[in-house]
Amino acid sequence: MALSREEIYSKVQGVLVDALGVDEEEVKPNSRISADLGAESIDYLDIAFRLEKAFTIDPTKPFKIPRGELFPENLEAMQSDERYVKDGKITPDGIAEMKKRLPFADFSELEKNPTAEAAQSLLTVDAITNYVASKLQ
Amino acid sequence: MRWIWIDRFAEFHSGVSAVAIKNVSLAEEHLHDLYAAYPIVPHSLIIEGMAQTAGILVGEARQFREKVILAKIGKATFHRLVRPGDTIAYRAKIDRLSDAGASISGTATLGTAGPDDPLIAEIDIMFSHIDKNLAGLAFPEHNFVFTEQFTDLLNTCRNGAAGVKI
Repeated sequence: MALSREEIYSKVQGVLVDALGVDEEEVKPNSRISADLGAESIDYLDIAFRLEKAFTIDPTKPFKIPRGELFPENLEAMQSDERYVKDGKITPDGIAEMKKRLPFADFSELEKNPTAEAAQSLLTVDAITNYVASKLQ
Repeated sequence: MRWIWIDRFAEFHSGVSAVAIKNVSLAEEHLHDLYAAYPIVPHSLIIEGMAQTAGILVGEARQFREKVILAKIGKATFHRLVRPGDTIAYRAKIDRLSDAGASISGTATLGTAGPDDPLIAEIDIMFSHIDKNLAGLAFPEHNFVFTEQFTDLLNTCRNGAAGVKI
């Protein structure tokens, strides 16, 4: 039976509580994984492993997160590319490229304020839930 | 001093699980550092023993090609103290293994009868294959993680323990 979005969100929340040692109340839909919940680089691998475990219902059909799909590794490299970042602002080409890599993220805030710092707003609890929901379909 | 906190492997199932044994002796200096009148093994060194057991397990799974570095201690819950004369059995199981790293769940138990021995600690840790994670940073070509000391340890298993597949 397919999981509802609420069920997926609840499991994602549990994964983040376990992986990051945060309280359940701290994990809100718009919480940013890094800025609000304190995730560091190794935590991304931990979260990916835990999501794979949490959403594998049938061991013969494991839930797999291909490397770089949920947490793209080369976003930082984009910042030194003039096509994508100019004068501290992410260019329209940069936003288009990020949308390709993070199709499950909400870009509305970033489009209003296209700074590298604001790019942190992309990876939220909601974005991870969207990602898992799209993979499970 | 050799920075090795396990004495031998009792079981080694390549890519799956391992059991390593550590005999604790009153002659070990560090036992006396925390409480002079009450020698115990520091919890940090119990975690290190698990990291060495699990690190060799993870390294061997990829024929020691990867530089396997302890990256995260997800859980370390301690249930009893370890005293001189005790034997610790470290039981490590690979939960996940990928190009980027591995996650391990483990227990330390008291004695060598089996997994139902009294629980010393539950320890979950993660390893990073650093060459695959820190793109752009250069690491030495040679594998500085798995020195002869560790490969010698694996031979303790090859030379005698039953049920070993390496």
